[in-house]
Parts: sequence; C-alpha cells; structure tokens
Amino acid sequence: MTTSVLAAPPKGQGQGRGRTKLSHDEILRYSRHLILPEVGPQGQQRLKDARVVLIGAGGLGSPAALYLAAAGVGTIGLVDFDVVEESNLQRQVIHGTGTLGQSKLDSASARIRDLNPHVHVERFETRLTSENALEILADFDVVADGTDNFPTRYLVNDACVLLGKPNAYGSIFRFEGQASVFYAKEGPCYRCLFREPPPPGLVPSCAEGGVLGVLPGIVGSIQALEVVKLILGVGETLVGRLVLFDALQLSFRELALRKDPGCPVCGNAPTITELIDYEAFCGIEAAPTYDGAEVSAPDVAREIREGAGVVLLDVREPQEWDICHIEGAMLLPLGTLPATLGALDDRAKIVTYCHKGVRSLKALEILKSAGVSNVRSLRGGIDAWSRAIDPSVPRY
Amino acid sequence: MAVTLTLPTVLANLAEGNKTLEAEGHTLGDAIDNVSGRYPQLASRLRDEDGTPYPFVTFYLNDQDIRLNGGFDVELHEGDEITIVPAIAGG
Repeated sequence: MTTSVLAAPPKGQGQGRGRTKLSHDEILRYSRHLILPEVGPQGQQRLKDARVVLIGAGGLGSPAALYLAAAGVGTIGLVDFDVVEESNLQRQVIHGTGTLGQSKLDSASARIRDLNPHVHVERFETRLTSENALEILADFDVVADGTDNFPTRYLVNDACVLLGKPNAYGSIFRFEGQASVFYAKEGPCYRCLFREPPPPGLVPSCAEGGVLGVLPGIVGSIQALEVVKLILGVGETLVGRLVLFDALQLSFRELALRKDPGCPVCGNAPTITELIDYEAFCGIEAAPTYDGAEVSAPDVAREIREGAGVVLLDVREPQEWDICHIEGAMLLPLGTLPATLGALDDRAKIVTYCHKGVRSLKALEILKSAGVSNVRSLRGGIDAWSRAIDPSVPRY
Repeated sequence: MAVTLTLPTVLANLAEGNKTLEAEGHTLGDAIDNVSGRYPQLASRLRDEDGTPYPFVTFYLNDQDIRLNGGFDVELHEGDEITIVPAIAGG
C-alpha cells in the first residue's frame, strides 16, 4: 500500500483537492506531523482534504473520532441515533457526564469542536439502512465500522464493496478485539472472512456479555491509525490481514486473510449486486408474540403478595446475580438450563426473569419444551422490576 | 499428531475456561472430534450437524485459513497450531 485512497488532485490545484490550504494556526497545531517526512505538509493537506465516516459513535467510534479529529481529518461523518446513557461512559470516552441524555451526535460534535475547530462534522442522526447507506457512504473516502450488531456490519461491508470504499473494521467482545481493513479493490472483504453471521442469540452482545472499557480504546485507535495510513498512503495497512487482540494476555496475533473467489459480494461471480434486507439475512424476524407467556412486573408483585406460589427463576449469569437479584429468586443460568431442570418442581408457577426480558423468553421455551407448562417470563426483566416495583434494586 | 487449539473467550467458557487445548488427530476434523469428546458443549459450536464448518467460525492452521487448504480434511503435523476465530460484532 503506497498510494493514498484519496484521488489525486486535479492538475493546477496544487497539493489539495482545491479546498482550503493549511492556515498558520493549523501549521502550528499539526507541527509534530509536519516534521515527519512520511506526513509533511502534503500529507497533512491530504488529511485535511479527507472525508471519513464513522458508523457508530460508541465504544469504537469514540477513540476513532477523537484521534481522527486531533489528526486533522478535515471532514468526519458520524452516523448514530442513540442517546448518551450512564452505562456508556465506562468506555465511550468522547461523551461525558455533562452530556448524559443528549444525542450522541450532539455530544460527539461538541467534543470534536472543542478538540479541533478546524474539523467539519457531518451528522447523520439515523440508523444506517439499505435505503440510505449508499447515499451516505458515497460521499466519503474511508469508512470506519464501529457498529454493535451483525446486520449493520454486513450492510456496511456490502455498501463499501459496491462503492469501492475501504472499511477500517474493528469489533470487540469482553476482552478480545478484531481489526482489519476490508478493501475489495485490493483484498478481501468481511464476507471473505465470515460469509454468514451466526444465528441471532448465539453470540451475546456487549450489553449481554460485557466488555472491558479499555478494549475499544485500543481497537478503535487501531481503526483510526489505519484510516490515517489509508489517507496518507504510507506504511502497510491491514488489507489482507486480521489482527486479533487479547487484552488479558496482552497479545496481538496476526492472521492472513485471503480473498474468497466465491465471495457472494466481491468474488468472481457476485450474487449480491445491490443492498439486501440485512435483518432478514441475519435471521432477525419480527419479534414473535408470546400471548399470555409474558407477565408484567406489577402483576408478578401482586401474585407474590397474594401468596400465589410463584417461583422466580433468575436465568442470568452468577456475576449479574451478584449485582442485584429479586429477593426469594432462584439462580439457574440460561446456559445450564437443560441440565438443571430437575431442580424445579413441575407443579410450581414459574416466572423466569433476566436483565431485560430476552433471555427469560428463551428460558421459557426451554422449560416448555421440557414439559413445564406453568411458566411465564417477566416482561422487561429485573430492569422493569427495579423501575416499577423495587427501586432498591440497582439498574445496570 | 499432538496439536494446540486456541479458543476465543466466547468458546473457552464451554471448555472449562481453557483458552488453549491440546488435541490429537491426523486431520483437523479428527482434532475437533477429540476436543468435542472432552468438552461436549463445545462440539455444536465448532461445526454443524453435518460435521462441516460454520460460515461464522473460521479456522486457521498455522496462520492460514483452512478453507483454502482442504477444510476439516487438512492433515495435521506434530506441533501445529489451530486458531479458532468467531464472528463478533461488539462496538
């Protein structure tokens, strides 16, 4: 990789793309870059001329946006539709206590403006979809994928392949991260690595499985680094390489990625030539209805008060039980359920509960298929219980 | 052949928390059978009901993607290192 992903400037327009040259203020600000022979004034001008879009202003997008803004990337696009919540702040360092409740775009834009007023932020306060992705991404030179779900990852990949854009990819889970640059013009794409996503529910999200707060700081910074190298056209990018990072071992492992000739989007005979329905592709269907299978927190509380013989079954993990649990409940983590069913009295009126009411529905299905008939799931989980019944139960 | 399997955290939990496992086998498929026998919960996460690899779990044999080298039939040599890379989506 020795050439910049930025198109060469038209003749007669100097080093840049005909946009504003570096001001004296900027020359002073970027002096540590300018004295690097690999960057220099020409490279810094390239950074200023570059347009980079970050998909997600969360754990990965936070450090990526901060470093790209500090580096002087001229235009940063941000795509996000979330609001800053307390549980974000353990890792999403672009946001702060003072911006709780604000949209992530407002919060991130203000922080970027404070960090570097020379950066122009383009805001896309929307979910990236098959309908808007090509239009949004088309105007940018580089994409950095920091989303938190499989449908959007496949959407970003396919849109980048169709548009011929490089995608600085990062992904995290618990203590481990992955990083690469997917650039179908020069190497493999995400589908060459993982042709299809796992079925819904097989791989927990960070909200369910947890993530060490420092981890996205490292992986998101690698994404920013790769973006800068792609713009400058220096060094060896992660095109064709996958980096695995293990925070607990402090180890980096590098694996070779090959372009898959049979890849459905970037292979020799692609079958995906336009964006598809990614929710359906990832097996995510409209939420099934559980008529009568769910019960609200107030109804459960009333049945307990009335002595209706309710058995509360907590299907979360032991460490979640240690954070908080409902008094009198029994802990049987979801993963142990088929094996531990014997511990249940099949005449009991069972109510399963988890954090927010998703895993408890899976538990309900397991119990029903094992012949337990009198079982319901607490709608909204212990979170709903905390809000509606017992505020002494901390929310997490 | 004695080989080493490196598991990601998400799968290590199904192997009593072990991130590296020693395994025996002439082919990668044999080695997977070998560890699946010891850790039954791991079995269905490494291959589908037909015994073929999932499209969302990639196996590397000494840093090379096995899909390009014979898949689960690839022959193993003493001391080979197998790395299992699952799709993760957190951000």
